[in-house]
Amino acid sequence: MSLIKVTIDNIAIEVEPGTTILNAARKIGGKVVPPAMCYYSKLEGSGGKCRTCLVKVAQGSAKDPRPMPKLVPSCRTEVQDGMVVQNITSPEVLEARRAITEFLLINHPLDCPVCDQAGECHLQDLSYDHGLVETQTIEERRTFAPVDIGDKIKLHMNRCILCYRCVMVADQLTGQRVHGVLFRGDHSEIGTYISKAVDNDFSGNMIDVCPVGALTDRTFRFASRVWFTKPFDAHRDCPKCSGETVLWMKKDQILRVTGRKDKYGELESFICNDCRFEHKDPKDWIIEGPRKIERHSVIGQNHYEINKERKSDGGF
Amino acid sequence: MATQILLNNIEVPGLTGIEVYRKLGGYAAVEKVLKTMTPDEVSAEVKKSGLRGRGGAGFPAGMKWSFLDRKVDKPRYFICNFDESEPGTFKDRHLGSLNPHLLIEGMILGSFALGARTSYIYIRGELFYILNILEKAIDEAYRSGYLGENILNSGYSLDLHCHPGGGAYICGEETALIESLEGKRGNPRIKPPFPAVVGLYGCPTVVNNVETIANLPWILQNGGDAYAALGTQSSKGTKLISACGHIRKPGVYEVEMGLPVEEFIYSDQYCGGIRNGNKLKAVIAGGSSVPVLPAELILRTDRGEQRLLSYESLSVGGFESGTMLGSGGFIVLDETACIVKNLLTFARFYHHESCGQCSPCREGTGWMEKILQRIENGRGTSKDIDLLVHISKHIEGNTICPLGDAAAWPVASAIRHFRQEFEDHVKLQKCPLSR
Ligand SMILES: Cc1cc2nc3c(=O)[nH]c(=O)nc-3n(C[C@H](O)[C@H](O)[C@H](O)COP(=O)(O)O)c2cc1C
Ligand code: SF4
Ligand code: SF4
Ligand code: FES
Repeated sequence: MSLIKVTIDNIAIEVEPGTTILNAARKIGGKVVPPAMCYYSKLEGSGGKCRTCLVKVAQGSAKDPRPMPKLVPSCRTEVQDGMVVQNITSPEVLEARRAITEFLLINHPLDCPVCDQAGECHLQDLSYDHGLVETQTIEERRTFAPVDIGDKIKLHMNRCILCYRCVMVADQLTGQRVHGVLFRGDHSEIGTYISKAVDNDFSGNMIDVCPVGALTDRTFRFASRVWFTKPFDAHRDCPKCSGETVLWMKKDQILRVTGRKDKYGELESFICNDCRFEHKDPKDWIIEGPRKIERHSVIGQNHYEINKERKSDGGF
Repeated sequence: MATQILLNNIEVPGLTGIEVYRKLGGYAAVEKVLKTMTPDEVSAEVKKSGLRGRGGAGFPAGMKWSFLDRKVDKPRYFICNFDESEPGTFKDRHLGSLNPHLLIEGMILGSFALGARTSYIYIRGELFYILNILEKAIDEAYRSGYLGENILNSGYSLDLHCHPGGGAYICGEETALIESLEGKRGNPRIKPPFPAVVGLYGCPTVVNNVETIANLPWILQNGGDAYAALGTQSSKGTKLISACGHIRKPGVYEVEMGLPVEEFIYSDQYCGGIRNGNKLKAVIAGGSSVPVLPAELILRTDRGEQRLLSYESLSVGGFESGTMLGSGGFIVLDETACIVKNLLTFARFYHHESCGQCSPCREGTGWMEKILQRIENGRGTSKDIDLLVHISKHIEGNTICPLGDAAAWPVASAIRHFRQEFEDHVKLQKCPLSR
């Protein structure tokens, strides 16, 4: 099939037909990649919900150069030949993204100091890049009590951004999904209906796909801040999955096992609960070497920079 | 009396039964079409009629039908959207409960034109009493040979089912409706693909509103041209308007498109004027989802022309000074009504009904409700008014489905046209109109 040409923030690239704007931007890489809080390339039907990836299509295609009337979700919009997209070059997009970030935070508890996800949280990253300095809300936030959604998984519904990734993992990876979204609107919640029902060999992947600290590993709970642990690539011979993992270690102790995530925070492959929860002895693993983590705020240490433009409008 | 297409027999006793319906000429369009016309000829008449969808968006029905993917080798579905749940809109229930066979006849005609062998009426769960009326009527239609195998020996077969919803406004959005019909959570789908290509069970599907479908028998009996002779340049035929609020005669009226709004409000044939001789303050002309207009702008456009009940006239002035015909839910407020309080009622509704899939609508609708509540209760600040503008601006256009816009537009327009009233609430620290 012949490639088609798309221009994103003045950078041209050729991609296969059917590629989304987001994936075309990921091919270019760097700052033109829109943030994606709900899209997950390995989950069918994901995306379109969080709206953080909205971009402007300034020219629809070479054949039909009209701009698209609204901002579009880059994760669910396919490129056309000759399409011109603006992401960080469009003030309108950046303004919308700031508003979306604000929406995602108005009901968020901002309890990062006591959240296990802190340091590798996509919502933290998003807020660093697009958050307002001051809150405009005085309203009470919606609150839920934390629950054990399964034997090894803790659900803090207060932190959930309803990206539906965990629902899709359960649908697409496991035989029977036993949790889902209950109720509607900002009173929606992730629930099992029957408590502690999530129980299958691959349920732990829900923790890895969760962009925030809504689903966390009970075996790692409060054991350490992630930035005090050292990630190592490791593998073992596993009859159920690839056995390729990351061990999060303190001295010679394994505090946590996760899948390997790429720079967009997506798992390279899903791993089984056996590897994740039951093998905390270094002797169980062949350690390959340190894993470099680039993207996250705290692990990556100040990956963000001062944005001069934002300074003038009260941002930092 | 103005031309009546949908409500002309509505008061005839026993109309819900097939005997009376047939005596009044019912099912003649089905007899004519199945015996003498091809599906394409039916579609051509509908296109000629200029009929536009009555569910809110006003999309031309004939054009929507033409988008149906007729090439794939898959079943096609025709669905009637009877989820009517918008505040102020109560026309479909009026029509469907009193003249169920008209809707069924329309379903047969539409299904035939589109090549659907199974069709559905998706009805709002709260309208259970109408479900019973419809199912009884469908039974009668089966027994009389208008539904089922080989209808009237034409070789065409059709099954028609009713499906009650679970009581969610969002299931009126056509893709959420399809999800719900499939037995899933009623979340709107991300479009494209559109239902005409990937709809119910992944098959090409057309969803139309009750009123849209109920127009089909008349159009096919009398011809598309006769229908197009009624109404205005871009709004053909008649429209059901459900009028409510501070008027003397609330109710469902069938008007020919192009009737002056002023006549509709003040004539005794329709609303009969404002109650107690009060002054008109504002109108929400198309169900709760459209911009609210103050008296002077609903009666006349900003160009000074008379405002008419038609798609094009109501939208003159765009969002600055116009509104939309929407679903035809006509809500009238007189001088005693508080705009903030009425807005709060709408905001509470959208907050309650947001499906919660996309962040601007999920979070923004609740936030707007809380702020409006604060202003109405006398605890608002002038910053709150700007904050409402900020929130509505960032919901609008940034969501998966139009519910987000529907929540944002009334708020944005109310502040545009009635800012002083918001400021009075803030200044007085109470509602200036509350007793
Ligand atoms: C939140 C929401 C609620 C809706 N509710 C209804 C409804 O109750 N009835 C209806 O006919 N259309 C409703 N619509 C419009 C439908 O999506 C769809 O456009 C319509 O059924 C198409 O029929 P028409 O072309 O005949 O108007 C709704 C749309 C939205 C966004
Ligand atoms: S729990 Fe996590 S993965 Fe699941 S919907 Fe919420 S944020 Fe998304
Ligand atoms: S706009 Fe509101 S109702 Fe529509 S999909 Fe988004 S959250 Fe759901
Ligand atoms: S990543 Fe595109 S909408 Fe969430």
